[in-house]
Amino acid sequence: MTLLPEKTDAKLGLVIDLDTCVGCHACVVSCKGWNTQGYGVPLSDQDPYGGDPSGTFLNRVHAYEVMRPDGQAQTTHFPKSCLHCEDAPCVTVCPTGASYKRQEDGIVLVNESACIGCGLCAWACPYGARELDQAAGVMKKCTLCVDRIYNDNLPEVDRVPSCVRTCPAGARHFGDLGDPDSDVSKLVEARGGIDLMPEQGTKPVNKYLPPRPKDQPLEEIDILAPLLEPVAEDARGFIGWLDKALEKL
Amino acid sequence: MHPAPSIIFFTVFSGLGFGLLAWLGLGLPDVTGWVAFVFFALAYLMAVGGLISSTFHLGNPQRALRAFTQWRTSWLSREGWLAVLSLLVMAVYGAGLVFLGERWTGLGILGSILSLATVYATSMIYGQLKTVPRWNAWTTPALFMVFAVGGGALMAGQVTAAIILLILLGGLQYIAWTTGDARFRDAGHTMETATGLGPVGKVRLLESPHSGGNYLLREMVHVVGRKHARKLRILSLTGLSILPVLLLLLLPAGHIVGLIAVILHLAGTLGARWLFFAEAEHVVGLYYGKR
Ligand code: SF4
Ligand code: SF4
Ligand code: SF4
Repeated sequence: MTLLPEKTDAKLGLVIDLDTCVGCHACVVSCKGWNTQGYGVPLSDQDPYGGDPSGTFLNRVHAYEVMRPDGQAQTTHFPKSCLHCEDAPCVTVCPTGASYKRQEDGIVLVNESACIGCGLCAWACPYGARELDQAAGVMKKCTLCVDRIYNDNLPEVDRVPSCVRTCPAGARHFGDLGDPDSDVSKLVEARGGIDLMPEQGTKPVNKYLPPRPKDQPLEEIDILAPLLEPVAEDARGFIGWLDKALEKL
Repeated sequence: MHPAPSIIFFTVFSGLGFGLLAWLGLGLPDVTGWVAFVFFALAYLMAVGGLISSTFHLGNPQRALRAFTQWRTSWLSREGWLAVLSLLVMAVYGAGLVFLGERWTGLGILGSILSLATVYATSMIYGQLKTVPRWNAWTTPALFMVFAVGGGALMAGQVTAAIILLILLGGLQYIAWTTGDARFRDAGHTMETATGLGPVGKVRLLESPHSGGNYLLREMVHVVGRKHARKLRILSLTGLSILPVLLLLLLPAGHIVGLIAVILHLAGTLGARWLFFAEAEHVVGLYYGKR
């Protein structure tokens, strides 16, 4: 059913902390590891050991350099998976009803046995969160690890998405963003969480916590710089001769 | 966007086929018997051939029937319904013309409307996508519709209508290109809004998430060939509008002139449709520092 629910009972999603993410790609690996053996068809690779490897991933980590107005550059690692948008354009364009958003928790899923692999949903997603598996010809996307979070066979500590469980920096948080009293909602509130590309009107559930401002202005970082000044200005001996000889050339 | 040949052929030929059907439904040209058969066969060949070609890019075409289920939200599904309905209605109408020599006017008009609605639905598959600002405008459906009725008029031998419509088409294509060039910028999508890092500063890609290619880059970040866009635009415009119009205006109407005009128009249209995809920039490119 590609009609979006008026309102979902919960808004399960991720909160990603761009301040603490260290860009280790552990979530990428654990996501692929869990999801290639769980929900739906495996996440295939093409030419994995050859010269031009590529494959299907549900989560990828970009890295950006942000040039600040004060002239300092800072690096931000940027994990990106499906944001489980409230107004998900990927769902409404689907001709088969394979793509749907769940009423009970707001998770956006693909019913692979109904998917014709037309790719239109991937075109409609602004975030590049959907990839058509090249071996199976069906659309793959983050399931919010729906086969973990409700799974009574797992110890309670593991009933969170694989990427959240794995992240060594604690940069990924999982919870109900529809409940203002949940830990994730409080975190978003405290850190000023933001939406990606809000002008697309997709109303993403997942939120990103912007990097904290640096507490050291540019001048003070160079406090040791005077000690690093060149020791000898007037070179003597062989170096001095070489210097003069080169200058004359 | 990746200009996949299957989609280019699909949109061009099914547009022409349904455009021709729209004219036939109005009794223009007023044909019966064998002549009607040839016209209808040609229209069906293009319309159905186009639709079949569109299934070549599906990952699982054997489930294509499921695409009829979501007409309430999906333009792709609506297109499927409208295509089947117009082909059915026009088949009955055509059978009347070919075998009984009868023209059922009401049915013909209904078939014409359905045929044009099919083209509109096709255009909205692209026009609805906010993620591709160049397409997300009135120009996309307008262009597809005028392509269909203009090319259809040419094939249906409606010389006066073809001249007027192809001139209109040329102008519209020019407007679509020039207004389209600014649309990505005007929509306000930047690497800063994509990453939300704008308040921190100016964003630049430091490292891509993967060293090789992937589906997203192959499908949506097509940058090759854009450098020849200007030349291709001029060539396409000359083919799809200027030359056929000049031919029809300057030479006495006849089958040979008509055929040459159709071939030129078709070549120009294929070029323009290639550009329609190749020049379209998807916002996901921003995450890769590309457009
Ligand atoms: S991030 Fe993309 S795939 Fe996920 S719900 Fe939003 S539009 Fe759909
Ligand atoms: S690729 Fe599958 S899920 Fe996506 S729009 Fe097409 S049928 Fe629906
Ligand atoms: S929630 Fe699960 S499927 Fe989604 S990115 Fe994390 S590990 Fe992958």
